[in-house]
Amino acid sequence: MKSAVIVFPASNCDRDAATALEQMTGKAAHMVWHQDSELPDVDLVVLPGGFSYGDYLRCGAMASQSAVMRAVRAHADKGGAVLGICNGFQVLTETHLLPGALMRNAGLKFVCRPVSLEVDETQSAFTRKYSKGEQVSFPVAHGEGNYYADDETLNRIEGEGRVVFRYAAGDNPNGSARNIAGILNEKRNVLGLMPHPERVVDPLLGGTDGRKMFESLIETLS
Amino acid sequence: MKARVFVTLKTGVLDPQGKAIGHALNGLGFDAVGEVRQGKVIDIELAGSDEAKARGDLKAMCEKLLANTVIEKYEIELKG
Repeated sequence: MKSAVIVFPASNCDRDAATALEQMTGKAAHMVWHQDSELPDVDLVVLPGGFSYGDYLRCGAMASQSAVMRAVRAHADKGGAVLGICNGFQVLTETHLLPGALMRNAGLKFVCRPVSLEVDETQSAFTRKYSKGEQVSFPVAHGEGNYYADDETLNRIEGEGRVVFRYAAGDNPNGSARNIAGILNEKRNVLGLMPHPERVVDPLLGGTDGRKMFESLIETLS
Repeated sequence: MKARVFVTLKTGVLDPQGKAIGHALNGLGFDAVGEVRQGKVIDIELAGSDEAKARGDLKAMCEKLLANTVIEKYEIELKG
């Protein structure tokens, strides 16, 4: 599996993502700068966490207008896999590759801790190695991860099996609607989630629950 | 021309910041304060004098960038 990590000004999890990808795939990820208008030939594009463009206007709003996002959109339109983590999820909603929006945490505080998640959907390139209902622990680190969409949209994405991760009961860190932590697009090749799977691929870093996401992608895309 | 764009959360969308501001105002003794909602003001200087064109451009700016219409609404004020 060949992969690329997009680097925006003030991305700060781009190296975490690259390290996880290299460790899991054995191949270095291409690092692609936000002003580049073309992507290398890759199977997976990762939009990393961080504070792209200083979160000016709204988280992800400026990044959604960048040259590289036109190329990412074209990659997604062709069926290429896109994984948006944390700020990457915010960029995907601002780009309208995913529905809804990520708002200020209900408790108004930046939350930085491991959370328990439930894998709600395994019919995807990102989660096929997990089992349905499996509980995993991924860290979160965000101030604006409160997932919002109108009821019609929430009903639709739930009905179509596009809610992939939910915060476990009692462990919703940000007030997200229906405990939603991660969702797929209609074609199921774009996943956005607030928690960080790339930070839990090595026991030295406190956990390995994220490994199955990369193993799922490798199995699907290689 | 000068334009002022107001971006606020849609009715029904929770505004935890507005709520916190309301609590703080109550704490300062402003007992009359009920619900508080907060938003953004964006001032824009525009070249040209065609008001209809300016309004059209400003609407496009709001739809494309200034507001996230999933959660926000906008109002445009134009001064000559």
